[in-house]
Amino acid sequence: MRFFSLFFTCLLLSVPVGCFAESPEEKGLAIALEADRRDAGFTDFTADMLMVLRNKHGRESKREIRIRTLEVENDGDKSLSIFDTPRDVKGTAFLTFSHKVGDDDQWLYLPALKRVKRISSRNKSGSFMGSEYAYEDIASQEVEKYTYKFLREETYEGRDCFVNESYPVDLKNSGYTRLVSWRDKDEYRLWKVEYYDRKKAHLKTLTFKDYNQYLGKYWRSADMEMVNHQNGKSTKLLWTNYQFKTGLSDRNFDKNSLKRAK
Amino acid sequence: MRKKIPQPHLPFFLFCSIILMPEILAAAEFTSDVTVEGRGFFHSSAYPEQRRNNCSLAVNAEFYHEFPSGSSFIIAPFFRLDSADDERTHADVREANFLYLAESWEMRMGVGKVFWGATEFVHLVDIINQTDLVEALDGEEKLGQPMIQLSIPRDWGTVDGFILPWFRERTYAGKKGRLRFPLEVDTDKVKYESGSEENHLDFALRYSHTLGDMDFGLYHFLGTSRDPVLILEPYKNGRLALIPYYEQIGQTGLDLQLVAGNWLWKGEALYRTGMGRSFAATTFGFEYTFVGIAETAMDLGLITEYVFDDRDDGRSPIVYDHDVMLGLRLAVNDADSTELLLGLIQDLEMSSKIITLEASRRMGENVKINLEGSFFVDISKKDPAYSLAEDDFVKLEVTYYF
Repeated sequence: MRFFSLFFTCLLLSVPVGCFAESPEEKGLAIALEADRRDAGFTDFTADMLMVLRNKHGRESKREIRIRTLEVENDGDKSLSIFDTPRDVKGTAFLTFSHKVGDDDQWLYLPALKRVKRISSRNKSGSFMGSEYAYEDIASQEVEKYTYKFLREETYEGRDCFVNESYPVDLKNSGYTRLVSWRDKDEYRLWKVEYYDRKKAHLKTLTFKDYNQYLGKYWRSADMEMVNHQNGKSTKLLWTNYQFKTGLSDRNFDKNSLKRAK
Repeated sequence: MRKKIPQPHLPFFLFCSIILMPEILAAAEFTSDVTVEGRGFFHSSAYPEQRRNNCSLAVNAEFYHEFPSGSSFIIAPFFRLDSADDERTHADVREANFLYLAESWEMRMGVGKVFWGATEFVHLVDIINQTDLVEALDGEEKLGQPMIQLSIPRDWGTVDGFILPWFRERTYAGKKGRLRFPLEVDTDKVKYESGSEENHLDFALRYSHTLGDMDFGLYHFLGTSRDPVLILEPYKNGRLALIPYYEQIGQTGLDLQLVAGNWLWKGEALYRTGMGRSFAATTFGFEYTFVGIAETAMDLGLITEYVFDDRDDGRSPIVYDHDVMLGLRLAVNDADSTELLLGLIQDLEMSSKIITLEASRRMGENVKINLEGSFFVDISKKDPAYSLAEDDFVKLEVTYYF
């Protein structure tokens, strides 16, 4: 009898644990998948980005970049970034085909020589144009590029947020051991990401402001600031002129398109 | 001072300008830059007519307009004024063309610029545009080439067809200039194999594609060779000069870039026929990048390349016939885009070596500073580069972008 009651108690207790509760890893992944699902179907977008680099003495340096992105079904996005300033790199363009699994394909166009160079996308932790953004920060954030672990729920700047930890799949080439991100529970928008370097020390913090919603669905922040805690530098990305479903096609993302970029 | 305005460009340039002038004035985006350059040579000149040092002023301008359809128009003239060398004082139309963008093809008509190649040191297969050799010895500065280019991108690759109606002669340093052959190259007395001379119609067809981690291009070119044979002939008042002789050739070329993790593999190869001879040449190598060296944001790239050129017939002076090249590229990744490139070219059959140094950084938003040096070390007397043996130099360029 006692044996049976114990047996039943165990059975009753084990049901919710086994069938309904998720592990922190499963919940973390579910949050990432839901955020990805909510942003899917944008087809394409174009936008202008002003990058403001600031050193620890407050000296600023600006880059103006035009961004074009095409959603690719069942794979990572294609994107083209064209520099307008500084003037000496005007017309320089990056073409990236990101992939859910494996290395991205990346090309660099040098307008003075009219030369298209294949570049190694393993350079994930390298600085993008002298900024505090690494290539892996500005690359298309595919769900498959990380593994996840849900940490806790927390109020961040008045919003109920999921705090989620993610780990780069390509640990060997990533500059990070882990990322901690704050996403609001209502719209799954990112508000803050903390980056921890290979020595597990807090390296950078990215904060998002001024979210706008486009086509009644897609949220984009107009003001993203990356602060490097180790070198005192920061880089702001100010986004304007977002346009969705502009009719871009694969033709706008081939190697000829690099040479046409201006 | 003699200004060299390239004649074949003018009708094109004027035609396009006049037809589209109202459009250009109304909507074209205008950009320009001015460069002041000083070149200092470490040794006095090897030949008596040469001036020791020089300074010069170069201007690039660009009118560009893109129509809503994606078609576009560009005019990009260039001008250099040099204190020492009349041949280096020259003007060119780098680009003046109309690009028509259709649904499944595009066509470029006018003066254009096209680069083919993969390697860093020697550019073997690049053939559409003539080298503006007075600008730089590395062969990266090019003269505008009149062309009709049809480009057809497909899922299985891109096909480019070229009709090249006028030929451009290579520029050479004049008798007062440094970095030249012992004898002056007389560019007023050019000879051609073809009876139609510079009006010979040249053609090129290229197929290029990306397959996974590999980008490659394969082409065939039929027409006037861009690098001339130099013939020794009597010049004015009995002196000797070198006369450029442009042959008719057929050339098949291949260029390849392959990415494998942090490794970039690059290769070029060509096979050329013409004037009763044929030869092959190849250059290949790799670039490996160390990311974030010494706990900084700096990247260090190691470049190793090899070149072999089989045209050893005494007719064409080939400096890079059997050489190995080593390079170190440091990208500081700071806000000013500071970069440093150190190169060594070692001849494998002679003692000759060339050491090059390039450093550049931005100052503020509109100024770029570029420092370059070339040192010709232990140049063998049998080496065609022997005439450069006394020409070690450093060059400082300051460019202002408007």
